[in-house]
Amino acid sequence: MIEANDLTVERGGATILSNYNLTLERGRILAVLGANGVGKTTLINTLIGVIKPKSGRLSVGGQVGFVPQLFEVPFAYSALDIALMGRARHLGLFGAPGKRDYEIVRRYFHMLGIDRLEPQAFNSLSGGQRQLVMIAQALASECELLVLDEPCAALDYKNQDKVLGLLAHLRDMHGMTIVFSTHMPQHAVEIASDVLLMTSGSKYVCGPTAEALSAENLSDLYDLPIARADFDGLAKHTYAPVFRHEGARFDA
Amino acid sequence: MSNSSAEPRVNAPSWAGRKLASVSVLPLLIALLVLAILYSVTIGRYDLSLRDVFYILIDNIHPVVTPYWESVQEVVVEQVRLPRIIAAVIIGFGLSISGAALQGLFRNPLVDPGIIGVTAGAGFGGTLAILLGLQGYFLLTLAFLFGIGSILLVKLLSTVRGRTSMLTLVLAGVVISAFFSAAISIAKLLADPFQKLPAITYWLMGSIASSSYADVLLVAVAVVPSSIAIYLLRFQINIMSLGEEKARALGVRVVLVQWIILLASALISAGVVATSGIIGWVGLVIPHVARALVGADHQRLLPVSGVLGAIYLLMVDNLARTMTTAEIPLGIITALIGVPVFAVILRRLHARGGWSSD
Repeated sequence: MIEANDLTVERGGATILSNYNLTLERGRILAVLGANGVGKTTLINTLIGVIKPKSGRLSVGGQVGFVPQLFEVPFAYSALDIALMGRARHLGLFGAPGKRDYEIVRRYFHMLGIDRLEPQAFNSLSGGQRQLVMIAQALASECELLVLDEPCAALDYKNQDKVLGLLAHLRDMHGMTIVFSTHMPQHAVEIASDVLLMTSGSKYVCGPTAEALSAENLSDLYDLPIARADFDGLAKHTYAPVFRHEGARFDA
Repeated sequence: MSNSSAEPRVNAPSWAGRKLASVSVLPLLIALLVLAILYSVTIGRYDLSLRDVFYILIDNIHPVVTPYWESVQEVVVEQVRLPRIIAAVIIGFGLSISGAALQGLFRNPLVDPGIIGVTAGAGFGGTLAILLGLQGYFLLTLAFLFGIGSILLVKLLSTVRGRTSMLTLVLAGVVISAFFSAAISIAKLLADPFQKLPAITYWLMGSIASSSYADVLLVAVAVVPSSIAIYLLRFQINIMSLGEEKARALGVRVVLVQWIILLASALISAGVVATSGIIGWVGLVIPHVARALVGADHQRLLPVSGVLGAIYLLMVDNLARTMTTAEIPLGIITALIGVPVFAVILRRLHARGGWSSD
């Protein structure tokens, strides 16, 4: 689905990514991890075609749907208005959504269980609800690759669980290929088949979650001790940071 | 459409979030506009009843009754009042629909052709035309060119690394407006104080008192195609108001849409300025009222804004010609009404947390 060779991306004259090589098969989920400002959003904007790479080759084998980070709209659009915008690609420059477009959007609202949000003002929705509406928007574009920029940021645990469950469902039931960025390794452990750990613009680790996602790689990534933690009585584990290790010093 | 049956929500946080009407308001407004037009023909120093007006007008198509009116009355209706009324309707429609489109495009509810510098630019173009002794379509062309020029300058000034910040956009508009206001002053200074200076001054104040059918044609040539272009892009404007990057990700041809809207708005402003001088505040205030009526979706907002603006400017022009024995320039009244309304909008926006600056 995604094939990137020697991908180099610039923003405002500065090289953000250099010589990235990525491959993602159809029906897999890639989690992108990295410190703030390392270029996760730039990578995502390149994948969705908003930024053109400076050099190298990027091929994406299908329609891309994008779910941006939580945001507010300047006007009081309803949730339905917002989701309908996902139909833009199918409508042409002078077109407007018709009966079929409404049906498609309603179908996804129903699938996500958010029918009752339809008439509500988008800005009045909670973060979790807004995220679902944006996912409905992306799905309404009839995409095969779903790209999400920190879909779980600013969500409480329950809503994070909901979004992760939904993403796994979309892969399993609809064969969707998914790329998402996150700051929590646990999100990757739960649903990602592949991870991309972005240490810097030129240094990265990419591979299947089972191999690439390790305490060692994560410690390197965040420049902080990261420990693996197993949940008692569950065949599950996570990675957690060891904060204030050896005491943080600000006067050094 | 399907969500027009939506009830206003109790938990909607913003005042702009609630729409008052759950029924389709457009047919209602159009009916109101027709009534307003008929009413406007009857008022003035020559007293005419609605019946007289009806028979005088219908006589042109098919004589129903033998003419019982004087020819003066026919001239008053057909040559004096009607062109002026049509001009008011077209101007109000154009200014409001372009204001609504620009607010959506720039994701900024405080934008209108005046704020982003087009009006002052077009005003200078027109002033220059009068100074050079040009009229009609030459004046329109110069007003259009300077209107476009000013919108280009504003876009250039406010775009840093491909991103147009809303705050700098408004500030750039203020700067460009100030520049062209200064340029207008220079032109006035250079103008012949007995003929051209008064012509420029009265023209700039904004008036449609002496509108002829030639003026109506001129403003229609500018406003009608531009309004159609804006309306055709109604759904794209919805998406543009999410921001350029999100729109691009959804497959919108951002630059093309921006240019069509900017050119159409500049043409509308130029047409209005060319025929009637500077009429401010209409394009800023009317879209807010329309948004309160039908919500933010531009598919409904654009036509409702246009018709509402037409009614508004027609009523303002009625005031302008009947309030006192001497004509009051339109621009003065629209500003007197617009400024306090704008202040209220500003306070309400501020109360709900202002607008984000990106």
